[in-house]
Amino acid sequence: MHIHKLEKYWLVFGIILLAVFLAVLGVSAFAAGNQPASDADLVDPAKVHQTAPFDNPGLHKIGDNEYELVMVAQAFTFTPGNVEIPKGAKVTFLVTSPDVVHGFQLVGTPVNMMVVPGHINSLTYTFKETGEFLILCNEYCGTGHHMMATKIKVVE
Amino acid sequence: MNDVASKLKQWEMERGVPVPSIGVKEARLAYAHVVISVLAVLIGALAGLMQTLIRTGIIPEVFGYYQLLTAHGIMLGLVFTTMFIIGLLYALLAKSFGRFESFPTRVAWLGFWMIIAGAVLVTIMVLANKATVLYTFYAPLMADPIFYVGLVLFVVGTWLSAFAMFRMYADYKREHPGVHPPLPAYMSIMTMLLWVIATLGVAGTILFQLLPLSLGWKDTVGIELSRTLFWYFGHPLVYFWLMPAYIVWYTVVPKVIGGKIFSDALARMAFLLFLLFSFPVGFHHQLTEPGIDPFWKFVQVILTFLVVIPSFMTAFSLFATFELRGRALGARGLFGWVKKMPYGDVRFLAPFVGMLFFIPAGAGGIINASHQLNAMVHNTLWVTGHFHITVGTAVALTFFGTAYWLVPVLRGRVLTKAMNRLGLIQAGTWAFGMSIMSYAMHISGLQGNPRRTGPATYFSDALTREWIPYHMAMAIGGTILLISVLIFVYSMFNLSFLAPKGEEEFPLAETEEAAMETPRFFENWKLWITVTFVLIAFAYTVPIWHLIESAPPGARGWVLW
Repeated sequence: MHIHKLEKYWLVFGIILLAVFLAVLGVSAFAAGNQPASDADLVDPAKVHQTAPFDNPGLHKIGDNEYELVMVAQAFTFTPGNVEIPKGAKVTFLVTSPDVVHGFQLVGTPVNMMVVPGHINSLTYTFKETGEFLILCNEYCGTGHHMMATKIKVVE
Repeated sequence: MNDVASKLKQWEMERGVPVPSIGVKEARLAYAHVVISVLAVLIGALAGLMQTLIRTGIIPEVFGYYQLLTAHGIMLGLVFTTMFIIGLLYALLAKSFGRFESFPTRVAWLGFWMIIAGAVLVTIMVLANKATVLYTFYAPLMADPIFYVGLVLFVVGTWLSAFAMFRMYADYKREHPGVHPPLPAYMSIMTMLLWVIATLGVAGTILFQLLPLSLGWKDTVGIELSRTLFWYFGHPLVYFWLMPAYIVWYTVVPKVIGGKIFSDALARMAFLLFLLFSFPVGFHHQLTEPGIDPFWKFVQVILTFLVVIPSFMTAFSLFATFELRGRALGARGLFGWVKKMPYGDVRFLAPFVGMLFFIPAGAGGIINASHQLNAMVHNTLWVTGHFHITVGTAVALTFFGTAYWLVPVLRGRVLTKAMNRLGLIQAGTWAFGMSIMSYAMHISGLQGNPRRTGPATYFSDALTREWIPYHMAMAIGGTILLISVLIFVYSMFNLSFLAPKGEEEFPLAETEEAAMETPRFFENWKLWITVTFVLIAFAYTVPIWHLIESAPPGARGWVLW
């Protein structure tokens, strides 16, 4: 099949661009470990409040300046709310939902994941600065969706 | 020149004289679809404007915000697009094939009425606040069963329309052995084929998951499976919106500027690649979801980006057409054609502005689908902004520009100078309003402002206070857009009933003489459908098997509105 010479150059340019771009994404994902939230753990949505770790939501120390923040996203609140976190802490958010799909977004950071009933989802973030952070639900979950938010305070 | 190609050439020469204008039966059917799409634009735009006014507190919440959002999405994303597309494709097929064969009237009208019945049921349920689930109806939000029945009727109706079009194609092939069906017909059939394969996914989740749950036949639903089936449908859906706009860009716009199609074969190849690359990519909408291995997400990200190839081909062909025409008119240099285009013709201006919007829109889409970068914009207003310049501008403006000649053609009237001028104003106001609105959406989305969110205050947080002016800009943009829609509705009324009777040109371009021959294998449907399903199987078998085999405990349905 005949293709115009200029079009060939244009397509080769596009394909090279594509290859470079995908290589950057791939190295970042598989060599540097920058993967989107893809937790494989499961939990029965009807028994969230009786199942560990969600029977005891809150901030748990798991190592030197390392924490797990276990949270339940439920129409239309995050439990626990208004958590205080020490500065410099590396925090893994573990979140699930006992009702519908919610979003978990720590505004101004790359912490952004879907909270799906039946699944646990998780992401890790290190708080390097003190200050207030806003967590909000970014997936429509019902009439009170826009009220579903809480704050995190990072303290010295 | 081989046998087939010489027949094609002969056929094209015969086609040099205008093919008889499309028949009355075909015109009536296509017009019925276009009328519904115009009504849907009006209702959908009103709902959209009210959302922005409620969001900014300019008017009280007379309708629930999320109810309006549901109506906005269903009317514009589902009814407007689908109805305009089906109407346009019927017209393109009838024009391409001529009046050689009995038109499948009955099945086509049955499809139309089923779509109407489905849309009416869905609308009633939304108005009754029994289906405030947004137009994506994600499980386990549970709407009234009638809502899902309405969706099923709608989809089955479109399948009948597709069947009618496939029959027109088959009849033509039988009567013209060895001849390529004209380019717009090939593209139309490809578009409907994509739609039929895509809707299998959404039909699956509605029939086997959501409707049984809503009827109480099942207690629980597997949410990730449902979302995966939905997005198997959701991404080809956006190509289903885009491809008819591409048909106009490839075959109508060259005629309007007085030029020719750059290459028949490359245009067919681009459409073929769109079919192949539209399915194995749904995970790029689910990048931040649990239960899906990031390896398979990445595989689908790679397949997503392959769409760059047909997109580059399309961009090349379109600008080659512009440049060739510009040079024929005496333009010099790479960009000399810019001065030679008929900007005073709404049939050109509206689709052309749509193309320009598609450049930043495509760049934004690359960001959205980028594996990790997605987390910065996922579920923010950035995505809504992206949506409004892709389907809301590139596609919508092309459809508007098309309606200005299609409606007179279907009604046996002409596009008057006055209506053309009104069309230019309408396209301009649309582009202006959408620039303001989508800019505000993109920027505040980057700051984290979530999409699909009612009048939120977030404890009057300092950061979220900065979002308020952007919401004001969206309300201003929305107001300008509604003005544009009102002009459009009036223009369509005028062109339907008031414009002088006559024969409006059905603009379809011919191919450049130097263009290459069109290979036969583009029409090997069995082959391409097989390749499509092989790609789908490659991208989806393992992750879907994983979602079924180690399925999470089911989730019950909820009504939270």
